[in-house]
Amino acid sequence: MDIFGIPHQAFLGQIMLGVVNGAFYAVLSLGLAIIFGIVKIVNFAHGAFFMAGAFIAFLLGRHLGIGYWPSLIIVPLVVAGIGMVVERLLLRRIYGLDPIYGLLLTFGMVLVIEGGFRIAFGSSGYPYAAPDQLRGATNLGFMVMPNYRLVVIVSALFVCAVTWFVIERTSIGAKLRAATEKAELTQAFGVNVPLLLTLTYGAGVGLAAFAGVLAAPIQHVNPSMGSELVIIVFAIVVIGGLGSISGAVFTGLMLGVVEGLTKVFYAEGSTTIVFLVMALVLLVRPAGLFGREES
Amino acid sequence: MTIPPIPRAVLIALGALALALLVAVPFFPTVIYPVFVMRIMCMALFACAFNILLGQTGILSFGHAAFFGGAAYITGYGLLHLGWAPEFSILLGVAFATALGALFGALATRRSGIYLAMITLALAQLVYFVFLRLPFTHAEDGMQGVPRGTLFGLLDLRSDLNLYFVVMAIVALGLAAVYRIVNSPFGEVLRAIRDHEPRALSLGYPVARYKILAFALSAGLSGLAGSLKVIIYQVAALRDVHWSMSGDVILMTLLGGMNSVFGPVIGAGIVSALYYYFSAFGGWVTVMVGTVFIVCVLVFRRGVAGQIRHMLAAAPNRPAASPSSSIKDNQNASH
Repeated sequence: MDIFGIPHQAFLGQIMLGVVNGAFYAVLSLGLAIIFGIVKIVNFAHGAFFMAGAFIAFLLGRHLGIGYWPSLIIVPLVVAGIGMVVERLLLRRIYGLDPIYGLLLTFGMVLVIEGGFRIAFGSSGYPYAAPDQLRGATNLGFMVMPNYRLVVIVSALFVCAVTWFVIERTSIGAKLRAATEKAELTQAFGVNVPLLLTLTYGAGVGLAAFAGVLAAPIQHVNPSMGSELVIIVFAIVVIGGLGSISGAVFTGLMLGVVEGLTKVFYAEGSTTIVFLVMALVLLVRPAGLFGREES
Repeated sequence: MTIPPIPRAVLIALGALALALLVAVPFFPTVIYPVFVMRIMCMALFACAFNILLGQTGILSFGHAAFFGGAAYITGYGLLHLGWAPEFSILLGVAFATALGALFGALATRRSGIYLAMITLALAQLVYFVFLRLPFTHAEDGMQGVPRGTLFGLLDLRSDLNLYFVVMAIVALGLAAVYRIVNSPFGEVLRAIRDHEPRALSLGYPVARYKILAFALSAGLSGLAGSLKVIIYQVAALRDVHWSMSGDVILMTLLGGMNSVFGPVIGAGIVSALYYYFSAFGGWVTVMVGTVFIVCVLVFRRGVAGQIRHMLAAAPNRPAASPSSSIKDNQNASH
């Protein structure tokens, strides 16, 4: 069976690979959406923390012999800790200013973080091996899928689901949502909103680092792996709107699939398709697919 | 809009001094490298053109590398592949940048604030990938060996001395254009949009069209800077269309002072000097630029020009500056 003259094996295969990319987009735009929703900062450094996650996992493995599975837990915690320090020392000082300053500040952080890693480890990449039990591939019937990529999809979706659950179904999530709507009033009810902001930023960049560890065995670990990605994620965020968590996850996955499909039909266009979709969405539905009109 | 409390005579004296120094530069190549000064002049024009959007209209574009680098490639294409004279190649580059700016503006101004910044960043990345793919750009190698040509069939630009004064004249014209745009009824409307967009709308101004025109003008003049850059260096490279170039121009503007028309010139000088004199430190330059960025955003949002003006206004023997109407000024003043 062919679809538009392309064997459906290749077709479904690219869709599955697109879902893998989409899973990364989903986790990253989810983190961006949470940080923006609560801390009101567009975190340009999201990609830098993603890269830092991959690098720390690689370094833990090389120097301390800490393997993939422990890294998957340790690295996000470490990066979340770094993020919380950054929030306390830097971001805190610009709350209340035009959000544009947040974008600029975190952009400066990108230059410092990426530049630092480039000085320490050079520009070329390092390989990071997937754990032994995830080597090999599974025959899904329509394609042979590397096991590791399946794990990426499952764990990314799992993390998204957990995040959704925490925010929508727990008491700390309720406080977060309250702080998003009315920060001062929430504070008046005895919730420590500044602490909440610190934790949120930490959690958001922790998610980025988690995605970074997941990506390490797939991509070469290198200092610029984050910045290209964060620009794509920005476009995805424009398409989906920063308003909702499920919207961010859905848009991320969808754009990953769209990118995969583009590879089938016009491989050269796969790097630009997300931006073209963004331009199209702006023409048709300026507020984004799930967005509310911003004030 | 705050009027600088600096006397006109002082400004004219400073301008004359700067002009005299610039004219002297090519005759003392051992003191300062003329090509480096040409780069500063390009970057000064780029930053002032960028500031038509940021400082005057209150729009943060994160995609100005597309106009600068795009025009550099297109002008280079005109010189190298079409065999056009420099004046027509520059016009071609500027026309390309202007059209691209109008397109960016039409798309990006459908949103505002940080979304607009993200949109311009994404569109510029699209342009980056297109130039990466186009055969004449030679991807990572860059477009090399662009001939400088002969301006108007008279001035041989292969001579660094000729080129220096041509660049100086064109940059002066470009800066004059920026000044004219800012100090025109059109510029007044841009500031009205910046300070209170709904009010400008309710007064009947077609705000969307004004923003798009501001985008096109800013992009065209940024393109002029890019076109000059390719003629000076005879190379158009991916670095010119890369997002880090968009970041550089933002930093120049922020550092120089976005609430002043020519403040970004100072920022362009400082940032260019940072890259030039510290190039031996390799990767550390990026870290330094990032640190300057962070410091600027945290504690130096007025920029150099704004700081000077603030100190002059605060001096006891001077009348206090009039209360500012700019949102950005107020933000700066409260911290």
